[in-house]
Amino acid sequence: MSTVVTAGMPRRSTHLGRSIVGRIGFLPALLVALIVGMSAIDPQFYGLINILNILRNASLLAIVACGQALVIVAGGFDLSVGAVVALASVVTAKTMAATAAAFPGNTALVIASGVAAGIGCGLVVGLVNGFCVAKLKVSGFVVTLGTMSATAGVGLMITSGIPVYGMPDSFVKGFGRAQLFGLPTAVYAALAVIAVMMFVQRRTLFGRYVYAIGGNVDAAVVSGVSIQRHIVGTYAVSSVLAALTGILLTAQVGSGQASFGGDRMMLQSIAAAVIGGVSLRGGVGRVEIVAISALFLTILGNALNLLHVDSRLQPVFLGIIMVAAVALDELSRRSKARV
Amino acid sequence: MDVVTDLKPAEPLLALRGISKRFTGVRALDRVDLDVHAGELHVLFGENGAGKSTLINVVSGTFPPDEGTFQFGGEDIRHLTPQRARAIGISPVFQEFSLVPSLTVEENLFLGREITRGGVLHAREMRKRATALIDELGFDLDPSQRVDDLSRAHQQMAEIAKALLGRVRLLILDEPTASLTERETGRLFELIARLKSQNIGLIYVSHRMREIRALADRVTVLRDGRHIRTLDAATSTDSELVELMTGRKIDLLFPTITHKPDKVMVDVENLTLADGSVGDVNFHARAGEITGVAGLVGCGKSELIRAIYGIEPIVSGTVRIDGLPYEFPAPRRSLKHGIAYFPANRIAEGLALSRPIRENASMTVLDLPAFARFGVLRQAVERTAIQGVMEQLQLRPPNIERTAGALSGGNRQKVMLGRALTRELTVFLFDEPSVGIDVGAKLEVYEFMKRLVEAGAAVIVVSSELPEVLALSNRLYVMHHGQIAAELTGAEKTEQNVLASFFREHLVTEVA
Ligand SMILES: Nc1ncnc2c1ncn2[C@@H]1O[C@H](COP(=O)(O)OP(=O)(O)OP(=O)(O)O)[C@@H](O)[C@H]1O
Ligand SMILES: [Mg+2]
Repeated sequence: MSTVVTAGMPRRSTHLGRSIVGRIGFLPALLVALIVGMSAIDPQFYGLINILNILRNASLLAIVACGQALVIVAGGFDLSVGAVVALASVVTAKTMAATAAAFPGNTALVIASGVAAGIGCGLVVGLVNGFCVAKLKVSGFVVTLGTMSATAGVGLMITSGIPVYGMPDSFVKGFGRAQLFGLPTAVYAALAVIAVMMFVQRRTLFGRYVYAIGGNVDAAVVSGVSIQRHIVGTYAVSSVLAALTGILLTAQVGSGQASFGGDRMMLQSIAAAVIGGVSLRGGVGRVEIVAISALFLTILGNALNLLHVDSRLQPVFLGIIMVAAVALDELSRRSKARV
Repeated sequence: MDVVTDLKPAEPLLALRGISKRFTGVRALDRVDLDVHAGELHVLFGENGAGKSTLINVVSGTFPPDEGTFQFGGEDIRHLTPQRARAIGISPVFQEFSLVPSLTVEENLFLGREITRGGVLHAREMRKRATALIDELGFDLDPSQRVDDLSRAHQQMAEIAKALLGRVRLLILDEPTASLTERETGRLFELIARLKSQNIGLIYVSHRMREIRALADRVTVLRDGRHIRTLDAATSTDSELVELMTGRKIDLLFPTITHKPDKVMVDVENLTLADGSVGDVNFHARAGEITGVAGLVGCGKSELIRAIYGIEPIVSGTVRIDGLPYEFPAPRRSLKHGIAYFPANRIAEGLALSRPIRENASMTVLDLPAFARFGVLRQAVERTAIQGVMEQLQLRPPNIERTAGALSGGNRQKVMLGRALTRELTVFLFDEPSVGIDVGAKLEVYEFMKRLVEAGAAVIVVSSELPEVLALSNRLYVMHHGQIAAELTGAEKTEQNVLASFFREHLVTEVA
């Protein structure tokens, strides 16, 4: 016994070192390579406007991807996030326009009601998703495919495809397009979301149970974890974060549009999660790495634009990178033994 | 089971020289030598985590060794894959099963070597061959059943049958009896004797001394990944083997437990389960004593305690805990009532393999204020508590931040047991508590139960290992076909009586 303990000690540092590499992987290296390469090729890349643009888009994607990651860690899937972004956008804009007409001049009320309505409809979609998965035992893939379609339909119905205007100036100019210490508000929102989600994953019961459920549902049941509540929780968080993204996007653009988010954002959020090391088998994944991977994907898209790669070709790159990430994940699993 | 005998008798069938294998942070094998002759049963003996399964994985091509050479049938083997291993006659039965749950037994048997005619599956031929094999093995197994509908014992039989399909020269059995009961074990032993007479070499891993005594020709002892010694089974004693294995002297006796039966903690009346596995059972367990439940595979013994814990649906009957009716049991509420359950199947129901040991061990206690306040975990408390518990259970390697999936079979069991030590509990339901753990750890578990009962807890032990339940329990129920066949106490509690109740029905039908 004692020989094992003493022999185990010196190995600890190498073990730690390896596990850090194993956890974050080569994503930061890829990111740095991409940034250095692009800076060398195109000076436009490190122009202030481009950087702010990248940060803004990466922030929005990171917020959605954090929610997506949580759902996937619990062993689920959320296809409805893109549609929720759109719905939250139009609902927020419509509500603000309506409240502004009813209570002209009361900006605080207008903004509060709009934001509440946007977040509220996200919460409703999330709860519907969660209940169908947890109670009716329909797979997350199917449920969210359904709500995606329904949500997108509602968004189109509300607006008939026309952008919704009529939001207070203080919401658009004073919040959406504002900058604090040179950075857009979306960046602060994303940092706050990431920080909270990191805390949730590491330090809260909810986060721990989500890992346990994704790791082995039956074991979690036997251990007395209430499964349904936590599954509903993951979908609710995911949809609410998507709604938040919709609101940020609305404030930034200045109008509510049913074309925000959509399939593209949904696919990107899944890609960010998967490239960020979230295992589709559940039980594994950290939001901070997902956020880095969201940044990576955004820069990649930006780089392809700057290099004038055909926009129809860009999804091909995304696809290849995603498959490669999953393949690497599997490869690292293959060396593991059967005990 | 085609048998090939093209070897000179003196030459070993399998010869390993200087095999080493490292995993992150652990040297699982350190220059191990091993010879297995045709017609010989060679036991690998060692503590949990000694490297037995790793060695077997190397021999069967799951992963390559880091260094060392490997000869099979006199030929050098390099770049072995599982497929090639099978093709040259190396057939492993792994400790954790390699069956596809959603396929039938027959589909699993032929997986990867289906019989086809012009690219079309030849179902009839495969059915015929599968049935013939299963009949020959004497297993009571239906080839058309889906694997996930089978009990663990039947899955084990399917796994063994799968290994014996086709040409076999070396059969590897990693704790094959861990989930079998007396009857199936007997069948397996007969089978092993037949295989030996057909000149097949066998590698056999077990933690049960009785089996090693009954079967082994030679025993190789491993400790911490190193080859300690290879001995002739006939001339070595149990205590000698255990001493070599652990590096210290160990008393191989069951602990003497002083039972002080007190009030009835668990009282089950006319219990019937939805799936019919338990019918109209009356059963009780008192605080301060160990209540044993024995029975053959499929007799409903583990379903009984699973129902009490709330995992199997009940259709009628009542459960009372500490005198109060406990309706609609569910795991979460059971834990609140002070009931803990330790499942037999560590992989399916026990552990989240991708998560660290610490998280797995603390899963049942996190709702307590000591571990989480307002939904926020108190990590320092968690770490110290789990570290202490796992030290007590002698987890090895003793690092609680590794993932549960990187642990050896027996150490996984220790992680599960660790859960019981972290919470204040009064009723302990053990389902096959010593499956897969080494002799030293087994004694730890028994000592652990002894401490629990002597501190006044009610302990219920369901076990297929007869000597274990006989020695531990104060009162022993024997179940048969979902019903209580006998309740034995004191001097009646003998192996003969238990076996008699197992088979009473058969006798009755014979007499009639
Ligand atoms: N995939 C893996 N990754 C990391 N470490 C591993 C892995 N598989 C096994 N190990 C380690 O290798 C060592 C040997 O494990 P092995 O499974 O061979 O033990 P064993 O002798 O079969 O034990 P048991 O009797 O408990 O089955 C252990 O320390 C274990 O933790
Ligand atoms: Mg093993």
